Amino acid sequence: MTEPLISLRNVSKHFTMDRDLLGRTTSVLKAVDDLSLDIYPGETFGLVGESGCGKTTVGKLLVDLYEPTAGEIVYNGVDLAKVSAKERRRYCRDIQLIFQDPYASLNPRMTVGDIIAEPIRVNRLQPVEKIDDRVGYLLNAVGLSANYRNRFPHEFSGGQRQRVGIARALAMEPKLIVCDEPVSALDVSIQAQVLNLLDDLSEEFGLTYLFIAHGLNVVKHISDRVGVMYLGKLVEVAPKRELYRNPLHPYTKALLSAIPVTNPALRTKRILLEGDVTSPIDPKPGCRFAGRCYAKGECVGCACDDEMPPLVEVSPGHFVACYLHPGAR
Amino acid sequence: MTTSDTTTTSECPIILDVKGLSTDFVMKRGTVQAVRDVSFSVHAGEVLAIVGESGSGKSVASLSILQLLQPPGRVVAGEVRYRGQDLLLLSKREMRDVRGNKISMIFQEPMTSLNPVFTIEDQLTESIRTHMKLDKKAATERAIEMLRLVGIPSPEQRIKEYPHQMSGGMRQRVMTAMALSCDPDLLIADEPTTALDVTIQAQILALLADLREKIGMAVILITHDLGVVAESADRVVVMYCGQVVEEATAQALFERPLHPYTLGLLESIPGMEDTEDDGQLYMIPGMVPNPLNLPKGCAFAPRCSWAIDRCASDMPPLVELEDGRKLRCFVDVTAVEPAAPACAPAESAPAGPTPAGPSPAGPASGEVRA
Repeated sequence: MTEPLISLRNVSKHFTMDRDLLGRTTSVLKAVDDLSLDIYPGETFGLVGESGCGKTTVGKLLVDLYEPTAGEIVYNGVDLAKVSAKERRRYCRDIQLIFQDPYASLNPRMTVGDIIAEPIRVNRLQPVEKIDDRVGYLLNAVGLSANYRNRFPHEFSGGQRQRVGIARALAMEPKLIVCDEPVSALDVSIQAQVLNLLDDLSEEFGLTYLFIAHGLNVVKHISDRVGVMYLGKLVEVAPKRELYRNPLHPYTKALLSAIPVTNPALRTKRILLEGDVTSPIDPKPGCRFAGRCYAKGECVGCACDDEMPPLVEVSPGHFVACYLHPGAR
Repeated sequence: MTTSDTTTTSECPIILDVKGLSTDFVMKRGTVQAVRDVSFSVHAGEVLAIVGESGSGKSVASLSILQLLQPPGRVVAGEVRYRGQDLLLLSKREMRDVRGNKISMIFQEPMTSLNPVFTIEDQLTESIRTHMKLDKKAATERAIEMLRLVGIPSPEQRIKEYPHQMSGGMRQRVMTAMALSCDPDLLIADEPTTALDVTIQAQILALLADLREKIGMAVILITHDLGVVAESADRVVVMYCGQVVEEATAQALFERPLHPYTLGLLESIPGMEDTEDDGQLYMIPGMVPNPLNLPKGCAFAPRCSWAIDRCASDMPPLVELEDGRKLRCFVDVTAVEPAAPACAPAESAPAGPTPAGPSPAGPASGEVRA
């Protein structure tokens, strides 16, 4: 097996919510808790979960916007916490982010050309006289006319703005792009255009994606492997086809059944989860999903309320964290 | 949904009849015709879905019905008959008696539609006391009962809370409870689940279906999510650029979409089918036209793979087909191959949900409708 491009090893990100008089932490939000994940070169890894499950925090940890509370992020075999500032900048260049909201992520006072040229100029990726050509090339690559460079973001539709965001990420010649819900804010017909574009670009530029989404259907289309997150933990990781054919974790099954399908023949009995996602602040010990789990009764003598089940490999490449699977006990 | 269901709902009396509704936004830069000659009707106890992308006029149409439009928006033509009475002719005061009482609305954003400085109790009892003429104590009891109905645990305590103490799903439930508190005849739900997670969305949709059976109200469901429509609607109206382009029962629409736009919308949803090849998704080429400068003929013609010369110059009329279906298109997409397959991946464009072979209802290949 090839070496992973980037690995998260037992990474946690905790936020202090409250302190006592002596400044000791009394309340902690565990956004990401002891999470391990490998992303291999050239693949698209889909990360799925509901709001508040920590998927965006994982993305921000990868692009070095957050520093992990514990654990290490290993890129190309090097632990990021131990490298020099210079190498770290090099790393930041290799990993880029596409944001969710194309209306908020572009500076309204800059032209599209300036928005794309800025990272090239700041990082001296091209000689000054060649920057213009590069901007034109990037605009063409994302399916916009090079003549658009003098326009401002407000002149573009949502789908076009998202293309500008993609061009800006590509300007850094990245290896990995973290796509944080890039199509959630777009209309259905435009979603398809942007998804197809991302697909084409990954081949053309040899990109690896971490694709964050809350819907399993979008991820199904674009991913090679999919990870399902719940309250800061990965509960299931599997190759895409395996996950959709044979979901093992009760939460994955509920997520899959919650997607409204347009083909009446594919309609299945819906699993309705009770209540909301529980708060990640001071989580109880035990399986994070235990409070909403409908399969808890099936599992006799399991430690669901006492200890989080470990993520174990049940078949090649298919990991699940649930006591229902013998390997976890 | 079965065919017998359809016949029973269509036999029910029509409670809302919208005819030729047009709404304009007059601005310095020009006039936007947000809703253009829209007609539809809602039968008692039925769920009618209005589908379209942003800017298709679906929300403006619903705001026009309740006369909640803000200037420069103005209804310029048409009538909205609710149980025989034209709502557009009512005075402001008479309209207030209808809103929240006979017809109520769930707004799109649960985060911003509740007043942050009042408790849930204040906000819920306000409309109950106004419309049902109950005293404070009885109104609070009714509010608690409504919160329990929409599935909020321990409503006696939650009713004292402020909106910021609740999650998005909970707030959407409070909005739903508020809309339902006066036993409305008709509920207009504008994207009731768009801001919510899939598991919460499933809960809210199940709740609406359940309440509809219990109270027997009709629902206008406004959404862009065709999955939600397939799960919960009886009939569907598809809107594009302020016009109705197709109307059909939900079953007929998903089995045999007839308008190229409907077809494109259905095709471009990433499917959940277990396919070996996840190649390119079908895309509708181009973008929604500028509402200040709509094309002369069919508004969808510039993006349509089936467009013929006539589409660019003439506006196709909304024609009634068999089984109460309505369609605004010159071309029979079930019989004609798309003219410009270059815009779309060849394998997915003509196939997909349309049944193979000539359709018995449509005219022969190459023939043109209307």
